[in-house]
Order: sequence, then C-alpha cells, then structure tokens
Amino acid sequence: MKEKRNILIVGAIIGVISVLLVYFGNPANMGFCLACFVRDTAGGLGLHRAEIVQYVRPELIGLLLGSCILAFAKKEFSPRGGSSPFTRFVVAFFVTIGALMFLGCPFRMILRIAGGDLNAIVGLLGFISGIGIGIFFLNKGFTLKRTHKFDTLEGLALPISSIALLGILVFIPSLLIFSSEGPGAKHAPIAIALIAGLLVGALAQRTRFCMVGGIRDFILFRETTLIIGFITIIIVALIANILTGNFNLGFVGQPVAHTDGLWNFLGMTLLGFGCVLLGGCPLRQFILAGEGNTDSAITILGLLIGAAFCHNFKLASSPDGPTLNGKVAVMLGFVVLFVISFANSRKQATDN
Amino acid sequence: MNTIDARGYSCPQPVLMTKKAFASNENAYTVLVDTNAAKENVTRFATHAGFHVSCEVTDTQYYTVSISK
Repeated sequence: MKEKRNILIVGAIIGVISVLLVYFGNPANMGFCLACFVRDTAGGLGLHRAEIVQYVRPELIGLLLGSCILAFAKKEFSPRGGSSPFTRFVVAFFVTIGALMFLGCPFRMILRIAGGDLNAIVGLLGFISGIGIGIFFLNKGFTLKRTHKFDTLEGLALPISSIALLGILVFIPSLLIFSSEGPGAKHAPIAIALIAGLLVGALAQRTRFCMVGGIRDFILFRETTLIIGFITIIIVALIANILTGNFNLGFVGQPVAHTDGLWNFLGMTLLGFGCVLLGGCPLRQFILAGEGNTDSAITILGLLIGAAFCHNFKLASSPDGPTLNGKVAVMLGFVVLFVISFANSRKQATDN
Repeated sequence: MNTIDARGYSCPQPVLMTKKAFASNENAYTVLVDTNAAKENVTRFATHAGFHVSCEVTDTQYYTVSISK
C-alpha cells in the first residue's frame, strides 16, 4: 500500500510540474516530453538542422543528475552494463522514430490526452498494442542477456558529460544552437527547467516510475503499482488543464500534433514495442543511466542519434502530418525490431 | 529447493523467471537478484502468489530472496 501511495503522490507532483513547465514557457502539452527534449537537444548540439527544434533542454540534465544524486545517497548507485549495448542503441533509434511519427513520447501522449487531444487516444491504443507485441516476445523468452558490473567512472561517464553540457549551456552558450522561433524557442528559464528535472529525476528514481512498465506489468502480472502513477498524471494534468483553460477536446487544431490516425497508431506501436525490449520508457532510461547503468546511457545516445536522423532525413511528422520518409522508416523499424525479437528469443539464447 | 539465478537481468525478467519456476509447484524457491528493483518486484510477485518471502543481502553483491509456502 505504501508503494502505491508513494507512486500516487509522485504521479501527482510530476503532473503538476509538467503543467507548470508549460506555464513557465515550454510548448503546449509538452510539459515533460522526453522525445521532444531529446530532439531539441540533438538540434542544440548541431546534430540536425531543423531550425525550429534546437535547444539544449536542462530538464534532461536534471533528470540524470537527480537520479544520480539520489542513487548515491541511497547507496543504489551501481555501475553496470554490457547487456547487448548496440542492439539497445538500434532499438532506441527506432523508438525515437516512432515517437516523432506520433510527435511525443509516452509522457507527452498522456499530457496530450489530458489536454483533450483525441489523436493521443489513438496513440495510446497503438502504445498498448506495441507493449502487447513486446510481452509476446518476453513470454517467448526474449532477453538482451545479463549485465555485468563496471567501475564507478564508467557508470558516471554520462552524468559527468551532462554536467559538462550544463556548464556549456550556462557559461558558453554561443557554442550551442538555439531556435529563434518554433517549439525550440519556447522554454522555461534554465534554473526552473533544471530544478524540475532534478525533482522528477529524484522522484522517479525512488518510485521506479515508468510509462511502459505500468501497462506491461498490469498485462503480465496484474500488478497495478506503476499504472497508478500513469493514471494519476492524466487526472492531475487534466484537472490542471481545465483550471487553467488549456483543455480543448477534439482531433483538429491540437498543439504540435497531426490527425493521421493510422500513423499516430503505428508510431506509438513501434515505440511501445521497442520500449518493452529495452525494459523501460525513455524517462526510465534516463533514471537508470543516472544510477550507473551504461546500457541505458547507450540507449540515450540511440534516442539522440535517432532524433538527429529524424530531422536530417525528414522522418519526423509535423502538424501537417507524417512524411513518406517517416512512414518508410517506421515500417523498417518494425522489421528490425521483429528480427531483434526473434533472434533474442531462441531457447539457447535465454541464458548467460 | 529450486534456485533461480536472475542476477544481471533487469525487470521484468527476474519476475518472469520466478513465475516460470512456480509452474514446477515446489514448496520453496531461492531467487538471486542484484538490483533493489528486482528484489522488490520478485518479493511483491511472490507475496501476491501466496508465498512467505524473506530477503538478505549476500556480501553486498546481490540479494537472496527466499520464497516458501
């Protein structure tokens, strides 16, 4: 019961933080969207040239550090990795492609639902289907193999890199690229964004909050702890949106969204499928990376490079709808994920 | 006594491995895990399945979760 109460409280706090970030300047219904943050950060680092989505999001740095600090405080920092790292990179790459087909990670999906965006309900159905496909393979014995213990420095490499990036953002921002218009130009002040990230990082580290884990564990074990957090965020953000006049029910004219149902569905199916293979949603990957998990660090790089490819090769959707290139990339993603799933589900592959 | 070595696996695999082992209908199982998350998830799952569960930290490297009817 205590676990469930904690996750309820944390879900409520994260819901409020998401709405507050929009109030302080983040794009509408974006709140705490990991895919959006990663995409903007890829742009801010010059990995892609889509001029409207370039900004180094301090929320991501906060997430990593919040998790890392709390993991150290609770003696849970545990450098480990080596569980099929490059496979994870590839899966993460396609997870971003799925997310940017739909225009949002699972987090933004539920924030969009809470904002009245019905396209996100279609996305949710796809997301659940994708998790279902992933579970099918888990039950068939899918595994990316065991992790191994590493040295502290290896586990700290990504958190330290993120501190360096924060230093550049604060002291030599001229090295980075910032959008002058579009979603990338809308952002909360650095300090607020960083604190929001630290808070969510610490809270999610304590509760092991995961968007994919909630639905996955409910289907697999009828375990409801994580899904309570998921539902709480929707309810809190919904109430907050209604109170602040940001609730707008419908399919058309939703902020940074398109109305192509089939591709909203398929994008989120790909994402849900990929995240089950990776063992957690993009948020969870940041938390694990903060705890010293270098497989998750590699996963984050996969998300980042995936986002760069999305904009360099016009795979990402826009409010006008999906692109042909994006549709091809999503279909290719399904092929790749199915190959990875079958290859890692064979009986002899289930151990070591 | 049935021992399940789930060290190095991340969730939900330790729980799935435990679930699979329960199919053999024995009275007691020992699950080895090396993350706090896995320890808690296996404990929760086994408790729900009606077992008594106790945990101990073995030489700070991993947890031994003892499950019995």
